[in-house]
Amino acid sequence: MNTTILLFLLQDGITNGAIYALLGLALVLVFAVTRVILIPQGEFITFGALTYASLSAGQMPGTIKLAVAMGVVAFAFDLFTFRKALHARRVLRSVAVNIVFPLAIWGVMWALGGRPGNIALNIVLSLLIVAAIGLYLYRIAFQPIAHTSVLVLLIASVGCHLALQGFGLVFFGAEGQRGPAISSDAITIGALRFTGQSIAVYGITIALIIGLWLFFGYTLYGKALRATAVNRLGARLVGIRTSLSGQIAFLLASVIGAISGILIVPITTLYYDTGFLIGLKGFIAAIIGGLVSYPLTATAAILVGCVEAFSSFYASNYKEVIVFTLILPVLVLRSLAAPAVEEEKD
Amino acid sequence: MTSRILPILVFALVMAAIPFIPGVPPFWIVLLDNIGLAALVAMGLVLLTGVGGLTSFGQAAFCGFGAYTTAYLTTAYGMSPWLTLPMSLIVSGLAAVFLGIITMRLSGHYLPLGTIAWGISLFYLFSKLEFLGRNDGISGIPPLSIGSWKMLDPGSIYFVIWIAVIVCALLSMNLLDSRTGRAIRALRRGHVAAEAFGVQTARAKLMVFIYAAVLAGLSGWLYAHFQRAANPTPFGPHLGIEYLFIAVVGGAGYVWGGVLGAAVVVILKEVLQSYLPLIFGGGGQLETIVFGILLVALLQLAPTGMWPWLTAWLPAGDSRRRPAPADALPARSGSHPDTGVLLQIEKARKQFGGVIAVNDVSFTVQAREIVALIGPNGAGKSTTFNLITGVLTATAGKVAVLGKSVSGAPPQEIVKLGIARTFQHVKLVPDMTVLENVALGAHLRGRSGAIASMLRLDRADEAKLLAEAAKQIERVGLGDQMNQLAGSLSLGQQRIVEIARALCVDPMLLLLDEPAAGLRHMEKQQLASLLRQLRDGGMSVLLVEHDMGFVMKLANRIVVLDFGTKIAEGTPADIKTNPDVIKAYLGVVA
Repeated sequence: MNTTILLFLLQDGITNGAIYALLGLALVLVFAVTRVILIPQGEFITFGALTYASLSAGQMPGTIKLAVAMGVVAFAFDLFTFRKALHARRVLRSVAVNIVFPLAIWGVMWALGGRPGNIALNIVLSLLIVAAIGLYLYRIAFQPIAHTSVLVLLIASVGCHLALQGFGLVFFGAEGQRGPAISSDAITIGALRFTGQSIAVYGITIALIIGLWLFFGYTLYGKALRATAVNRLGARLVGIRTSLSGQIAFLLASVIGAISGILIVPITTLYYDTGFLIGLKGFIAAIIGGLVSYPLTATAAILVGCVEAFSSFYASNYKEVIVFTLILPVLVLRSLAAPAVEEEKD
Repeated sequence: MTSRILPILVFALVMAAIPFIPGVPPFWIVLLDNIGLAALVAMGLVLLTGVGGLTSFGQAAFCGFGAYTTAYLTTAYGMSPWLTLPMSLIVSGLAAVFLGIITMRLSGHYLPLGTIAWGISLFYLFSKLEFLGRNDGISGIPPLSIGSWKMLDPGSIYFVIWIAVIVCALLSMNLLDSRTGRAIRALRRGHVAAEAFGVQTARAKLMVFIYAAVLAGLSGWLYAHFQRAANPTPFGPHLGIEYLFIAVVGGAGYVWGGVLGAAVVVILKEVLQSYLPLIFGGGGQLETIVFGILLVALLQLAPTGMWPWLTAWLPAGDSRRRPAPADALPARSGSHPDTGVLLQIEKARKQFGGVIAVNDVSFTVQAREIVALIGPNGAGKSTTFNLITGVLTATAGKVAVLGKSVSGAPPQEIVKLGIARTFQHVKLVPDMTVLENVALGAHLRGRSGAIASMLRLDRADEAKLLAEAAKQIERVGLGDQMNQLAGSLSLGQQRIVEIARALCVDPMLLLLDEPAAGLRHMEKQQLASLLRQLRDGGMSVLLVEHDMGFVMKLANRIVVLDFGTKIAEGTPADIKTNPDVIKAYLGVVA
């Protein structure tokens, strides 16, 4: 093996790893705040990527209809919850979030009239659509069962994954799609060629990690989320609305998922069901990070990306086997180091 | 006994009759075959997840081990399917041993994620290995046969599948209703309580994991001979997920919930697949969408699954039944000294980071004495209990039982020496009856293992255990509540149940952590007289308690802790007038 191949594989691994890091961070975030293991993260990726690709191709993506429909259902859930005290302010807020917001996105797309907008607008629209879906998903599927066990939440999460993946097939068909690159420039350093896209991947990953760090460290909402993660009951007692925390967590996760999707869709062809596997690799990183540590998760993600790159070069048949087996030694180490702490369950 | 067997017998007869009803479409039989196959896997998951609290997404991979083992051995070596049955079960079991040793110690959410990972990894392994036929798999697997009768059609293997389902359901129910079963059922509520009564929790977890894997392997073996082919698709991560939600939909805590869930899910999928295109036109994966949405809706309406929702309509059993009298259990092996020092704590110290929770505390407990450990909140009383019982290991110092150091010994060893405890925060299994909870205390005095329990060879042993539990429950005065669920009792009564459970150990020293909290005045008096009676019978008691009236009247000696340090020790009269104690409780005396 020569240095060029080594560098090339490393570069490939780090690019993929950066994406896994983003997903891993989102998973850690959602789990810590809501105890939901977010299997539908994969669908956020594909929805973001394929919505962006459809918009770029001048098509109206079906995801907007889904967002509007889910908004209506979420509104109905809100009304049902408020039924004993229908205050105008609450209802108006719910109308604004659940009805007006998705309709406004639709309105913009309608105004575009099927012309492919510019890249920035397409990206913003895709992110907004997926953000809306993520938000309503929490409201509809998880908020009513937020108090139940991790297992029940997990199964609900699987149900959401199945339903959303089914919608993905309906909206985008079985063929794969690619989207336009954010930038077609490239620079060459030594033997390595850095495309604008890969630089965008690094830049956006780093920016998001710093952004999340600032959000959690220095804003009231970020601190409220952390408080919810540590102790739900305690957070409620000091006036934090845990349902709002859950919604914010899902909003962030869906946006992060969609960004990841948009970042990779110019590099690889995405199918309606590709997201599941990509999301799972984010999981591996999150597990190695112990579902609590953001820096460890990011490092682990880079490691997963590199292992994937090297094993696809040396043993491409066993690439997935190796990547998913990677977790076992980590689990062994974790179990050896596991403190015998009793967790109070239920 | 008959009330337990009768419904199963009726069910078995109905299932046996179905193929003989004229006009039953052959397609229904295929569906029933599939239901049976899924039910076997789901049943294992019920024990693993619903009862034991260990979530696994990887059961489909164990089906794969079972199916591929028989597929390979019957096609490559021409072995008889009946010979490969034990092989299939052993291979799935061995895979479970290996994966279990790695993952079973992980608690909470690591475990499901870990199982997803190896589930996917094994799926790709099946689809890449040359000798397993890669993605195409192995075809031409011989059918099951008895003599010259070859089970080629779905109608004949139907009987094998459903006999397997019913036998495994019986075995699983027997297992749950036994000494080992109680240990498994206690796992879901955390380790500490189970370990305090001698349950080897790691081993119990591994055992139930292997059991679930073997059931999945059996399902895989049947599947291979039913389809007469094996390819990787049915053993992939999606099926692993599906088995788990079959268990959850049916009711993850109930053996028959697995069967019910399998029926509901298999039939629902079939109905959706055949009727949705008629309603909405073809195309797309409409059935997965509807299926996913129905699943979420079901969880919101019935988070515990459908089985308990159904059985709620049935009349409840008699809750006043007392277990039949049986021979007395053998006493705990080991010594029951009548005099001398039972427990000696010497300069015991426990640090959590910078906090010194217990600071060089020394005291002893003699035979036939009641010692009270008192002190303000945060004084280190419960930490001292945890040091004695092996839940925590002392940073420095020594804990000795009957003169022998037990530093570093696990809780399971401490309880064998005759030290039994209760907990400050009650640790009962709320969905087990009082009797079953208390019987867990006698765990170490029983002998029967898992296999004996499944085959009901444990009945003599079991009767003795339950009789002992009933005796102790009556001793603490809760005879009327014996068959109620522990979770339905008041907190004060639950504390008393914990005492009965500790008495089942046949201890020489009883450690009670705030036993009188939540009791009414009369109940406290009854408790005090019970403890005196125990002392007069030769038992020692070390108790933490905040009710000073209770402590002063009862204790022979009192040890006072404050901020982890012993500040006084002596008779109740000494302690009442000790200036340091008054200062610790009331602040500086003016």
